[in-house]
Amino acid sequence: MPDAEQPRSVAEVREGLGEAGYLADESSALVSFLAQRLGKPVLVEGPAGVGKTELAKALSRHTGRPLIRLQCYEGLDEAKALYEWNYRKQLLRIQAEAGGEAEPPEGSWEATRGDIFSEEFLFTRPLLEAISAEMPVVLLIDEIDKTDQEFEAMLLEVLSDFQISIPELGVIEARTRPLVLLTSNNSRELTEALKRRCLYLWLDYPSVERELEIVRLHTPELDEGLARRMVEVVHMVRQLDLKKPPSIAESIDWARTLLLVGAEDLDRETFEQSMSIIVKHRSDIDLVAERVAVKLGDATPPAGAAGQTQA
Amino acid sequence: MISPERPPGEEDRVPGTAGSLLAFFEDLRSEGVAVGTSEILDAFAALEQVSWTDQRDFREALASTIAKSQEDRRVFELLFDRHFFRAAEAEALQHEVQEERYDGSDRLDLDELREAIRQAISAGSDGEMRDLARLAISAFGRRGERSGVIGVDVQRIRRALELQARGGSDGEQAALDPQEVRRFEQHLRRELERATIERTGKLPPSRPLAELDRTLPTSPTQDLAAVHRAVAQMKRRIATLGHEQRGRRRGRVVDVRRTMRASLETGGVPLRLRYRPKRPRRPEIYVLCDVSTSVSSASVFFLSVLHALHDSFRKLRSFVFIERISEVSDIFEHERDFRKISERVSSEGGVADVSGYTDYGRVWLEFGEEIAEDLGPRSSVIVLGDARTNGREPHAEIFGTIASRAGRTFWLNPEPRLYWNYGDSVMAAYEPFCDGAFECWTTKHLEQFVNVVAGGRPADLTRGS
Ligand SMILES: Nc1ncnc2c1ncn2[C@@H]1O[C@H](COP(=O)(O)OP(=O)(O)O)[C@@H](O)[C@H]1O
Ligand SMILES: [Mg+2]
Repeated sequence: MPDAEQPRSVAEVREGLGEAGYLADESSALVSFLAQRLGKPVLVEGPAGVGKTELAKALSRHTGRPLIRLQCYEGLDEAKALYEWNYRKQLLRIQAEAGGEAEPPEGSWEATRGDIFSEEFLFTRPLLEAISAEMPVVLLIDEIDKTDQEFEAMLLEVLSDFQISIPELGVIEARTRPLVLLTSNNSRELTEALKRRCLYLWLDYPSVERELEIVRLHTPELDEGLARRMVEVVHMVRQLDLKKPPSIAESIDWARTLLLVGAEDLDRETFEQSMSIIVKHRSDIDLVAERVAVKLGDATPPAGAAGQTQA
Repeated sequence: MISPERPPGEEDRVPGTAGSLLAFFEDLRSEGVAVGTSEILDAFAALEQVSWTDQRDFREALASTIAKSQEDRRVFELLFDRHFFRAAEAEALQHEVQEERYDGSDRLDLDELREAIRQAISAGSDGEMRDLARLAISAFGRRGERSGVIGVDVQRIRRALELQARGGSDGEQAALDPQEVRRFEQHLRRELERATIERTGKLPPSRPLAELDRTLPTSPTQDLAAVHRAVAQMKRRIATLGHEQRGRRRGRVVDVRRTMRASLETGGVPLRLRYRPKRPRRPEIYVLCDVSTSVSSASVFFLSVLHALHDSFRKLRSFVFIERISEVSDIFEHERDFRKISERVSSEGGVADVSGYTDYGRVWLEFGEEIAEDLGPRSSVIVLGDARTNGREPHAEIFGTIASRAGRTFWLNPEPRLYWNYGDSVMAAYEPFCDGAFECWTTKHLEQFVNVVAGGRPADLTRGS
């Protein structure tokens, strides 16, 4: 199979991802490098919104490999993941062949059968699409933890052999090896067998400095001091025991909002008005208001208001 | 099946440490991490793809193939630090991992070698680079130019081979890809390391391997900002010192006028003493920076430190030296652009770089004669250098005189402390005269230095006043 071009160093991958708009940390860059060099799938785990999906997209941009994405959900089966026959179209063909004749000529059924079980009548789903691709691709199997173990077993087979047997058509072998990323939000344990096949990458909330870089990458117009303050507050909020802590995605959204409303400082008022962007649950909002908002200074009170007491 | 191209001769790299890897896996298993055969095979395959002298890559490569949950990863981290590198080296030694060395360095023509290496580098051929690295090492070993310290030898060999990434100054030679040059240096380093272990038959002093592969910032612009931040922090610390001390009783000066004025409120009885705010002393800093090749990658870093210092302190005089010393305060004051500064320092510095080796003794003599009389109790002298004299007279006594004239003297050495006093490093001769000697080759170290000097012990700063 034609090999995709191989990266020569971890640094090269890291830079490439950077150019593709993804600020990879050391381990993401290294694992991406190894995945290509060793031809192994990567399992990326971590909380929601820390850049798992984006890593796959960025790898696609960086390597120039097209991205094929299989978004997982509860009840996803192989008909939606692998392939499915297009019955409606097959049926139409059979009717057309029959041409209204009561008695089809001898041997014509064989011909029709061969005909309707051909690629023309096949719905190609992401897994098959990735395997049969002419060009090396990036295959993103997103949120694998939403499927069940049966599906995982099927996936495991596909990832082991990189071939799919379609009884009516024969075996379809991969022409190129896709670069495979599976992501999981860690909502359930994946099977040992699947983990065994993969390189493992744990993505976590980034440090203040890296998150600041990411935020600045997405909203370069936002004042740096304000961006830093905002990221620091997000980190403070993450310290609390929340149902759903804010992720990088929320930080970026918040930065965009602050930019939009032209905020100059992150005082208490601005915070209270916009904090629903980073925390969504009612109980989380209450907790954040109680613990974080009070730590932020009030906006400088207008002259004359100095004597006002707080409610 | 994809089988990534591997340079020939690289296969033997991992098995040399196989025993200790297996012992590590055993450790992990005993802590409940499921390490099966397939993990082990993957780990070995992954390790062949990364440089095992880069501790971070080594660690990540292992972790990604072995530790497959957050919990596993935590156990992995704990055990890795405890277990790893010492064991790996010991193992290699035990099995006397010896390799045939390319021989024939006697007949070697330096120019030919240079040319061959340039070619291998521009072709990006790993296997060849490795063989040539060995050849270069034995060639220079024979010329008696080994310092005994790997980081230093790498720099010297590189210099002798004229491997600037930019084309030669005459413009005849094509430019080399800096990344490839770095790769060649990595081979040099690895081979030197191997040679040292083989020769001495014992392990170098215990240390994390990351230190072997000294990660000096090769591209100054990248770290310039960090350096500036650290220095700005130092400045703030120094500037606020006077205020911090206002809170203390010691050394406060009563402000008679203000006390009298305040006493008016209490009917002329001076109930409350008013003190004169203590003015932060304006620091007077003398920085002496070794820009020789044995610290060449360090000197880029040092120059950026100088650059940042000039940004922050008005009373600063800076000097660079190799065989002679030369003041460059002017260049720094008039030039903002870092690249231009480096160029001007090397073209106008006038530091006499004939042999490429620093002559510390001579530098002290010159500094002592020409500049030292300006020094006083308020001045701080900061030396940036590796204290490698290349066997010349260190003149420690003169350095001592200089240090005693200055209020405080600090030494920042671009080598890990473990290398000090090995080979031709005479750090021990100078260290007693310093108020502090620090290893300093990353901005982290610089920050530590700043903390100690400016923040940690304010009392030190008032010494001599
Ligand atoms: N390292 C990074 N560099 C640039 N952007 C990032 C990075 N990590 C996360 N992001 C941004 O954060 C957002 C959330 O990332 P996403 O990949 O959707 O998270 P996940 O898949 O882990 O839930 C995206 O907008 C992405 O662009
Ligand atoms: Mg996602």
